[in-house]
Amino acid sequence: MSALVDVRAASKVFRQPATLVERIGSAFGVCELPRPVHAVDDVSLEIRNGEVLGLVGESGCGKSTLGRMIAGILPPSAGSALFDGMPLLAGAGRPVKSTTRVQMIFQDPFASLDPRMRVGDIIAEGPVAHGLVSKSASAADVSRWLSTVGLDPQVADRYPHQFSGGQRQRIAIARALAMRPDMLVCDEPVASLDVSIQAQIVNLFLKLRRDLGLTMLFISHDLGVVRHVSDRIAIMYLGRIVEIGTARSVFERPRHPYTRALLDSVPRLRIDDRVEVDFRPIRGELPSPLDPPAGCHFHMRCPHANEACAVQRPTLLHVEGREVACLRATELDLSGEAPP
Amino acid sequence: MTALLEVRDLATHFATRTGVVRAVDGVTLSLAPGEIIGLVGESGSGKSVTGFSILGLVDPPGRIVRGSVRFEGRELVGLPHGELRSLRGRRIAMVFQDPSATLNPVLTILDQMRLALEAHERIGKAAARARAAEILTRVGIPDAGRRLDSYPHQLSGGMRQRVAIAIALLNRPALVVCDEPTTALDVSIQAQILAEMKSLARESGTALIWISHDLSTVSALASRILVMYAGRVVEEGTVGDVLSAPRHPYTRGLLDSLPSLATPGQDLRQIPGAMPSLSDPPPGCAFAPRCAHAVDACTAMPDLVGAGGRGVRCHRPLGDAP
Ligand SMILES: Nc1ncnc2c1ncn2[C@@H]1O[C@H](COP(=O)(O)OP(=O)(O)OP(=O)(O)O)[C@@H](O)[C@H]1O
Ligand SMILES: Nc1ncnc2c1ncn2[C@@H]1O[C@H](COP(=O)(O)OP(=O)(O)OP(=O)(O)O)[C@@H](O)[C@H]1O
Ligand code: SF4
Ligand SMILES: [Mg+2]
Ligand SMILES: [Mg+2]
Repeated sequence: MSALVDVRAASKVFRQPATLVERIGSAFGVCELPRPVHAVDDVSLEIRNGEVLGLVGESGCGKSTLGRMIAGILPPSAGSALFDGMPLLAGAGRPVKSTTRVQMIFQDPFASLDPRMRVGDIIAEGPVAHGLVSKSASAADVSRWLSTVGLDPQVADRYPHQFSGGQRQRIAIARALAMRPDMLVCDEPVASLDVSIQAQIVNLFLKLRRDLGLTMLFISHDLGVVRHVSDRIAIMYLGRIVEIGTARSVFERPRHPYTRALLDSVPRLRIDDRVEVDFRPIRGELPSPLDPPAGCHFHMRCPHANEACAVQRPTLLHVEGREVACLRATELDLSGEAPP
Repeated sequence: MTALLEVRDLATHFATRTGVVRAVDGVTLSLAPGEIIGLVGESGSGKSVTGFSILGLVDPPGRIVRGSVRFEGRELVGLPHGELRSLRGRRIAMVFQDPSATLNPVLTILDQMRLALEAHERIGKAAARARAAEILTRVGIPDAGRRLDSYPHQLSGGMRQRVAIAIALLNRPALVVCDEPTTALDVSIQAQILAEMKSLARESGTALIWISHDLSTVSALASRILVMYAGRVVEEGTVGDVLSAPRHPYTRGLLDSLPSLATPGQDLRQIPGAMPSLSDPPPGCAFAPRCAHAVDACTAMPDLVGAGGRGVRCHRPLGDAP
């Protein structure tokens, strides 16, 4: 399989301009200048044609930022991303949004739908503008996509605020699919759906992939769903990819201590005669991207950290058929701990 | 214990061009101080509208057409807007499913939190900053002190959600309606929020309505659970009873769709069909068109029957002798 998306050493730093008060204040040492946020820090990865790459990691680690760069709607501060061999966005420049072949389903279905437009127009706008469907055929096209995501085609003339959260999420999915993309960046696409609708949407994604060979970047914090849909998984921690490999190898034989901790943290909901659930949070806090630690970003929470981990930045290395960024990856045995 | 909140036969309808949408159609529930109930159910079944109705936040063309909402002994349906507004944020708060409904895009996080505090008490700038930072830390925002000066768009999706939770908790209200409050959060942060909610319920006696499709958080937090379908409660009971011995076929279908039960790459079990349109529901049980157990009798509306807080709205509940 060839790479459809090729991200090379991409970084994103958000800088906030200082206000006059802050600039004067900092000159006198009475306040600080706003700090840059290192949202994505030197990430390289490939997404192959027709595959689903899952992207997981804790809240704030940079998943949406990376997703937006791959969708070509956010320029990286450094590095580049190629889509089918063409620059999707060039370093530090404006995004080259030349292609409709990549579509994004945004994390916030409320903010991403224009409140003044009817749902039918929201879905039809893109395909008609790009000549994918004729104006006369667009109503039928809208009906088709609405039923595909499990909504009644009759709702096409309603406005977004007339829908529930999960219904809006599905409208956003229909809008993206109507563009007949080759690739979808899905940012938490099923987070606000109840499990039965979630199953319906996940099955739809699996079907599109089987039938149309749709390539996907699937961002989610729900490890159950990610494992279910992904061929490969990338684990992100504070702006960096720490482990990437096939879903099977990463889930069954994780080689990064953070992946191990993440898998162990999945709440186990047991429903038999009684209902039991235990949450096993990862100890310690996610460090701040305003002030990232030196060395391995995970070292403050890592049960296996040694002195080198606090100073030396691990790079991604091939270990056991996947890539891992851990200084101790080859020597650690993480298999002994409880499987999820 | 006397009830803090008593909702009786609540019905909220929206008049639209294509007919009346019966978003909530006869919901009854009650809540004691410090009690946590989970509200689950199909997307579009009326969970959020139930929450809005309790807080008096239904905008036209929506209207509470029937029923009552008694809170601390006072009837809220029909209460003048001013009085409702002074209750909101102080005694009752809501964490909206859509964090942007709470967060003003042009104000920093600190300014929004200060406004929320000042609306109900006199508080100095430095004290407000300290309170805001403290509560953000408690909901798991790293480096909270520095994040206070950020604008909402500068935060990640999950951070915005936590800020919305923090604002709802600021004034330690007696009742908080949390609408899908942890959908964008990873497990470690979820665990922290759950612990925070539990201690709030225990220490301040805050009661919670926890609307969520995530059965893990509901099970970890709530004592009772209500399952909604097409504007009505179709099953209720303790979390243990409802999840381990569901009696409504919809609840059963919901549990069968959990991804943990499936093999990776294979289709998940889903309930066939879709929820009927709420402006033109079939007569009788709204789940009947999708139900494998439906019989002729199901074309008549079943009542919610049961005792001791365990109820089911079904003519042929599971677990009954045939
Ligand atoms: N426009 C922006 N300006 C400043 N900082 C930003 C901006 N967008 C994102 N950030 C910061 O970048 C970091 C990564 O954010 P991002 O939204 O990519 O996280 P995420 O992994 O998607 O988290 P979540 O799971 O909560 O959605 C966060 O610290 C966030 O505050
Ligand atoms: N302003 C409105 N006008 C017309 N119909 C509306 C309006 N607001 C909500 N509805 C309808 O009322 C029903 C209940 O909506 P509600 O938001 O309560 O669902 P929900 O159970 O919270 O679903 P979700 O899990 O998807 O958030 C939905 O079918 C929705 O389409
Ligand atoms: S590099 Fe060191 S601190 Fe980082 S994960 Fe590996 S062992 Fe832990
Ligand atoms: Mg995000
Ligand atoms: Mg809702």
